[in-house]
Amino acid sequence: MLSILLARFQQKYRTMAWPAGPAPALPARLAGRPRLDRTACQQCGTCAAACPVGAITCQEGLTLDTGRCLFCRACERACSRQAIQFTQEYRLGAAAREALLVRDAAAAYPPALVEKARAYFGRSLKLRQVSAGGCNACEADTNVLSTVAWDLGRFGIQFVASPRHADGLFITGPVSANMRLALEKTYAAVPDPKIVIACGACAIAGGPYAGHPEVHDGASAVVPVDLFIPGCPPHPLTILDALLRFVGQVPEE
Amino acid sequence: MNFLQIANSTATDLARIPELVFDDFAAELTAAIAAGARLSALFGTPRSAGGAELYAVLAAEAESALFLGRTTVGASYPALTPACPQAHLFERDLAESCGLTPVGHPWCKPLRFLDAARRDPTPGTPPCGVMDFFQIAGDAIHEVAVGPVHAGIIEPGHFRFQCHGETVYHLEISLGYQHRGMERALRGGPTPRSIHYAETLAGDTTIGHTSAYCTICETLSRQRVPARAQALRGIAQELERLANHIGDLGALAGDVGFLPTQAYCGRIRGDALNMTALLCGNRFGRGLLRPGGCTADLSAADVAELARRLTQLRRDCTSAIELLFHSPSVLSRFEETGTLSRETCETIGLVGPAARACGVARDVRHDFPYGIFRFAQLPVCTWESGDVFARAYVRWLEIQKSLAFVAEQLPALPGGATASATAAAPLAANQLAIALVEGWRGEICHAALTDADGRFACYKIYDPSFHNWFGLACALRNQEISDFPLCNKSFNLSYCGHDL
Repeated sequence: MLSILLARFQQKYRTMAWPAGPAPALPARLAGRPRLDRTACQQCGTCAAACPVGAITCQEGLTLDTGRCLFCRACERACSRQAIQFTQEYRLGAAAREALLVRDAAAAYPPALVEKARAYFGRSLKLRQVSAGGCNACEADTNVLSTVAWDLGRFGIQFVASPRHADGLFITGPVSANMRLALEKTYAAVPDPKIVIACGACAIAGGPYAGHPEVHDGASAVVPVDLFIPGCPPHPLTILDALLRFVGQVPEE
Repeated sequence: MNFLQIANSTATDLARIPELVFDDFAAELTAAIAAGARLSALFGTPRSAGGAELYAVLAAEAESALFLGRTTVGASYPALTPACPQAHLFERDLAESCGLTPVGHPWCKPLRFLDAARRDPTPGTPPCGVMDFFQIAGDAIHEVAVGPVHAGIIEPGHFRFQCHGETVYHLEISLGYQHRGMERALRGGPTPRSIHYAETLAGDTTIGHTSAYCTICETLSRQRVPARAQALRGIAQELERLANHIGDLGALAGDVGFLPTQAYCGRIRGDALNMTALLCGNRFGRGLLRPGGCTADLSAADVAELARRLTQLRRDCTSAIELLFHSPSVLSRFEETGTLSRETCETIGLVGPAARACGVARDVRHDFPYGIFRFAQLPVCTWESGDVFARAYVRWLEIQKSLAFVAEQLPALPGGATASATAAAPLAANQLAIALVEGWRGEICHAALTDADGRFACYKIYDPSFHNWFGLACALRNQEISDFPLCNKSFNLSYCGHDL
C-alpha cells in the first residue's frame, strides 16, 4: 500500500492542460499541415513524381491532398525551390473531403465542425472503433487518448465495446475486402442518428494500399464519412483536436 | 547437410543454392529440425509448367548458422507437417498462395482467405472466416465465437473456443481480415511505395520491418551503411522495443485490474514513442530508415536531450513496473496461467519473448547479429516458467537491457554521415536475399528473390506473429476462458503482420 502511494507521488499529476491551457510540446521534426508556395512552383512535376501515393498535382496549380498524404516529406526533399514545406500545424481534421486539399498558404487549417454532431453529441460522444486493415499505428495513437496524459473521458468522449452503445464509428485502415462485411454489419448495428470518422491516410483514401484490388480505398466506399483525420498515423493531438472541433467543444478560430 | 550455409543479411546467387530431390529435401529438413534447427522461412514460386519451386531457410541457433535449400514439387506433394509441426502454417500458405496440395496435411485450411480478399470476388466464394472449425462434441460442450470486431481498439481476428464449463479445451484462431495484398504488391518492385509497405506492414513494428526491408535492398545493391546510421537504427529499434514492452506491461496490469501500473505505463509508453519522434518527427519512426542509411541525424543537443529523457524514462518505468511485480495479487493471476512447456515451444518454433519465457535462449541480435549488434552485444533474457508471469518478466528484463543499450550508444555515436554517399546501384539479378531482425515480438524474416532484371520476383515476409499465434492457441488449453484476454495480451501478436 505504501509503495503504491509512493509510486503515485513519484508519477505526479500528468493530465495535460490543453485545450484550456497550452498544447503539449510537439516534436520539432513533426510533419504537420504542408504549406504550399505557388509562386515558387514551376510546375516541373518533380514533387508529384516523388510522391509514392499520388497526393500531389501541379499542372493546374500546385495542390496537395492531405487525405492521401503519408507525410513522408519525399516531395519536400524533391523540390529544389521549397514550394512545399511541412509545418508544425497539427490541426488537420476536416468535415469535408475537399477541405483536405491544400492549395496555397491562405487557409491556416480546414474546418471540422459539423452542426449535427455538435447538436447531438456535443456533450457526449460514444464511439465504436473498427480497424479494417489498419496497421495498428492509428489504433495505437487513438488508444493513447484514453491514457491519463490525454484523458479523453473529460470531454465526454469514450470508446465503447458494442456498436449498440455507440453514437458512431471510428474507422482505421483502407477497408480490406475481408473486413467489408464486418464493417457493414457494425455500421448497421449503430442506432441512428450516427456519425462516421475516418482516421488516417488508409481510412481516408487507401494510404499506401490505394488501388489494391484487396482493399476498398478507404471508408467512404462503404459508409458515409462525417470527419476525416489525415496522417500516417495522425499525432494524438491531431486526432483529439479533430474530435473536439467536430462536436464544437473547441471553437474554430 | 546438403543445404547451403549462409550468414544473416546476405544475398546468394540462385545457382549456388543446392537443388535437392524432394525426398532428400524433406528428410534433411526434418532431421535438422529434430536436431534443434528452426524453420525461419518456407515459400514457393509457382512454375509455369505447374507445381512450384520451394525454398527453405533453417535457423540453427546453437551454431549461429543459417541454411538454405530448395527443391521442386508438383501440384501435390507429401506434406511435411506430419513429421515437422513447424511447417504447419508455412504449408497452409503454400497451398493458398501457390495452389499446391500438401497431401496428408492434417489442418490444411485457408490462412488469409485470399480468394475472398478481392473487391469483386468470384460469386459463391465463402467470405473470410467461413471454414471448417475444429469442434468437440458432447452434452455439456459449448462453443464461443469472438470477433472479427473486438471490444477494444484492436485489430480484427476471429477466435473459436471449444469449452466445457469455464474450461477451454481447444482454441482455433482464424485470421486474414487484415489482408492488404502486401506480398503481391511487392513483386516487381522496388517501387516508390515499397518502403511504405514495410513501414505499415505492422505499424507498431515500423523500425523492425523497415530495417529488414532496407537490409534486403542494401545486400542486393551492395550498398554500405555508414556506422553512424547503423547506431541510429539500433537506437531506434531498442526505443521501439521499449515503447511496446512498457505498453504491454501496462496492458497486462489492466487485464488483472491493477490500475496503477496500467495508468503509469500507458503514459510512459508515450514518452518512449516521443523519443523516436525526436529522431524523425514520427512517433513510430516512419520516414527514418531508407536503404543506405537514415534520413535524420542527431545534433549534440539532441543527444543530450535524448539522454535526459532516457534517465527520466528509466526512473518512471522502474517505479511503475516494480509495483507490478511486487504485488501478490498480480503475481497470483500471472503465475501458472497460460503455461507453455519448453518442449511445445521448440516443437512449434516460437520466437521472441514468448520463446525466451519458455527458457529458450533465442534472439536474432545474439544468434545472427546484424548492424550495430555485431559490435554491441545485448545479453539474452530468459525465464523458465513459460506462463504469463514469464512473458511479462522477460519483457521487464529486456526493458532494462534496452535502456542500458541506448544509454551506452548515445555518448558513443560514431561520427560521419548517416546515409551512404553513393547512389544505390540496381539490385543484383537472380539472387536470394535473407534478412533476419529481432523485432520487439521476435524474429522478423524477409526473403527476396530477384529475377533476371533485378526486380523482386518474390518477396516473403514473416512477422514473429506468424510463428506465435499457434503458441497462443496452445497456451489456452485447459485454461479458464476468462483468462483469454490476459493470455492474449501476454503474447500481444500482430494481426496485419500475419495477414500482410
